[in-house]
Amino acid sequence: MENFTTILNNQTIPVADIPEVNYATFLEMNTGFILSSPERHCVNYFGYPVKNQIKLICCIADDNTHNIHVSSCLVNSVDTLDSFTARHYCFEKFEREIHENFGIGYKDHPWLKPVRYSKNRFDQSKTIANYPFYSIDSDELHEVAVGPIHAGVIEPGHFRFICNGEQILHLEIQLGYQHRGIEQQFLDKKNLLQRSTLAESIAGDTVVGHTTTFSHIWESLCGIQPTRDIEFSRTLALEMERMANHTGDLSAVCADIAYQLGNSVLGRLRTPLINFMQEWGGNRLSKGLIRPGRNQFPFTPELAKRLKEVFKAYEPDFVEMNKQLFQLPSALSRFERTGVVSYDDVLSIGTVGMAARMSGLSRDIRSSHPYSLYPEIAHEPILKHHGDVYSRVQIRRQEVMQSMQYIRELIENVPEYVEKEPVVGSPKPNSFALSLVEGWRGEICHCAITDNSGELILYKIKDPSFHNWLALALAVRNNEISDFPICNKSFSLSYSGHDL
Amino acid sequence: MFNNLKIVYHQGKQYIRNTATTKVPGIFRGRPVISTEKVNETELIGLCPVNAISANPVSIDMGKCTFCGECAKQFPNKIRFTSEYKIATNERARLIVKEGEDKLVEVNPKTVRSDIHRVFGNSLKLRQVSAGGDNSCEWELNASNNVQFDMGRYGIEFVASPRHADGIAITGPITENMAEALQICYDAVPEPKIIVLVGTDAISGGIHAGSSSLNRSFLDKYPVDLYIPGNPAHPLTIINGLVDLTRKRK
Repeated sequence: MENFTTILNNQTIPVADIPEVNYATFLEMNTGFILSSPERHCVNYFGYPVKNQIKLICCIADDNTHNIHVSSCLVNSVDTLDSFTARHYCFEKFEREIHENFGIGYKDHPWLKPVRYSKNRFDQSKTIANYPFYSIDSDELHEVAVGPIHAGVIEPGHFRFICNGEQILHLEIQLGYQHRGIEQQFLDKKNLLQRSTLAESIAGDTVVGHTTTFSHIWESLCGIQPTRDIEFSRTLALEMERMANHTGDLSAVCADIAYQLGNSVLGRLRTPLINFMQEWGGNRLSKGLIRPGRNQFPFTPELAKRLKEVFKAYEPDFVEMNKQLFQLPSALSRFERTGVVSYDDVLSIGTVGMAARMSGLSRDIRSSHPYSLYPEIAHEPILKHHGDVYSRVQIRRQEVMQSMQYIRELIENVPEYVEKEPVVGSPKPNSFALSLVEGWRGEICHCAITDNSGELILYKIKDPSFHNWLALALAVRNNEISDFPICNKSFSLSYSGHDL
Repeated sequence: MFNNLKIVYHQGKQYIRNTATTKVPGIFRGRPVISTEKVNETELIGLCPVNAISANPVSIDMGKCTFCGECAKQFPNKIRFTSEYKIATNERARLIVKEGEDKLVEVNPKTVRSDIHRVFGNSLKLRQVSAGGDNSCEWELNASNNVQFDMGRYGIEFVASPRHADGIAITGPITENMAEALQICYDAVPEPKIIVLVGTDAISGGIHAGSSSLNRSFLDKYPVDLYIPGNPAHPLTIINGLVDLTRKRK
C-alpha cells in the first residue's frame, strides 16, 4: 500500500482508504510533494479528534495532473512535533490552526500564534484582547494600531504597523473578531436547508462560491449527479459574482486614490450586475440561488435575453471608464510598484487566486481542477508578473471582460429545464469528500467526513483569504503607510471567510 | 479633463428620483403575505431553517427570516413574498407578519424617542460596527451611499469616528470576539445616540442564533431604535427606515 491515496476534485472515498502513516513519513512525504514543485500546493491540512487522539489529514493538489494526494497520521494532543512550516512556509497557517484547536506543539514553528480564537480552542486562557504582537524595541520606531473597527463600512480586524517615520517596516494582522463557529454549526444543524444557509453566510460577498462548494461536496457524499441545468446555473452565477465583486473593488481602489469619478462610475456599474442576480433569484447577493441537488431558480431564455441587454449597457461604460483610469498618470503613479510581492514570496507562502496570478504563479481551480461546465470552457488564467497594485487591478479589469465573454458564450445555449422532484440522498457512511471551487478571490476548499451512520463529524472550510492575508502583510513592507488602504483594497480579502 | 466630462455625460442621470415609491426589478423577496388557507402547519413550520414561522395564527418573524423563500416555494398558496421593501420599524413586534393581514410594516411615530426627531431630523451620522457580519449587509450599506441610492441627499452618512457619530448601525450576529469592541465604540458615541440593527443576523442572530461563539448581551442593555430586516437588508429598506425614523421626508 502506498503512503497516500489519490483523488480528484469532488470525489468521495471511504475514510479507511486514506493511508495512515507515522509522523516522520507524513512530514517527509507532504513537504516533499511541495518542495520545488510550484504546480503542487496544499489545499487543506487539518486535524479532528478520533477517540483520544488527533487525526491529521493533509491534501496536496497537483495542478498538472488534476490529482489530489491525501494522507493521514494519528498524533496525541500532548505531542510536540517537528513542523512542516520549517520546511515550507505555505503550511504556517494550517499548523497554527492545529495548534490552536488541539494544543499540539511544534518545536520549530517560527510564528506559532493564535489564528482566530475559535470558541472551542484548546487554551481558553488565550483571548483576543491579549494577542502577542511582535514588537521592536527602538527609540526611532513607532507603532500604529488600527482596528478592529475601521474607518469605512467594512468587517473588523486589527492591524499593527511598525513604522520608521512614514515607512512601514512590519505589519501584523490579527483576525478572529468575526468568528461565528460556522464549522461547529455545520455539525450541530442537521437540516440541509440550514446547512445551505450556513454556507451562504461563510462570506456574504462569495455566496455563490461557497454554496457551490458545499453543494458539490454534498452531492458527492450522497452520490448524486447534478444535471446540466444545475451546473449551468452555478457556472454562470460564479462568473457573475466575479464580475460584480471586481467592479466593486475597482471602484473602491479609485476611492482610495481619491479619484471620485472612477469611484462613482464603477460603483454604480456594480448595480446592474447584482440587480440582475435579484431578477434571477430574488436576492442581490445571490442568497437562496444555489442549493444541493436542485435547480432552485432555473435560468430561462428570457433571462438570457435580459442579461444580454444588461451587458450591452454595461460594457461600453466599463471599457470607457477603465480606459481613462489606466491612462491617468496620477492613478498609475499610485498603482505601479506599490505593494509588491515577488514570485518567490507568493510561492513560499502559498497564496491562491488573484494573489498568486498577480506575480506570475498560475493558480486557478477553473483550469487545474475543473468542475461544473469549466471543462468545456477551457479557461486560460490571466497572469501578471509584477505583483504590485497595478497587477492586481489589471487582473480585475481583464477578468471582468473574460467572465463577460464566458457568460455570453454560455447563454447562447441555455439548457432546457425539466421540472422534476429534487433529488435528496443521504451521505455515505465513513466517507471523506473534498471539493474545490475557484471563487472570485481564489481557491475555496471544503472537506467533509461522515461517521458510520452517515452523519457529519467534520466540516472543514478554507476560504482563499486563509492563505492570502499574509501576502498583504508582506506587500506593505517598505511602503509608505499612506499606501496601506490601496494595498488592502487591491487584495480585498475576507475577514468572515477567514474567521468562520 | 475632456475625457472625464465625456464619461460624466455618458452616465446620464443615475439617481433614483423617489426612494419611497420606486419599483425594484425582478422577484425581490420583501414583506411576506400569509393567506388564511389551511395547510399542514407542522410541515410548514419544520421547513424554516431559522424557526421564523409559528402557528396560531400562522406568522413569520421578519427579524428571524433569512428570506430564502423556501416556504413560499413549497406552500405557494399560503405564503407569498411581495416586492415591498419598506419593512423597517422601531418596534420589534411589528416585524411579525400574521396570516390574513396585509398591512405595511412601518415606523410607529408615537413610540419613537422624542430626541430623535428633534436632534437628528436634519442630519444623522452613523458609525457602522460589523460584529460578525458576513460582508453582505456591509456591501448594501455602502451601496446605500452610491450615486444611485444616494442616501447622502437626506443628510444621512457614515462617519469614521464614533466621536463624530449620532449612533451606531450594527451588522452581524455579534460575536463573542467582537463584543468588547462594540461596547467601547458605543460608549465613545456622545449622547443622545441611537442603535440601529441592520439585517437578520443583527436582529436575531439569523442562522447563527444559538451558536456558542456569539455574545449578544449588548442588546439586553440598551433599547434598539430601528430594526432593518433583510438578508442582506436592501439599500431601499435601509434608506426608508432611517428616513422614516428621523422624519426627514417632509
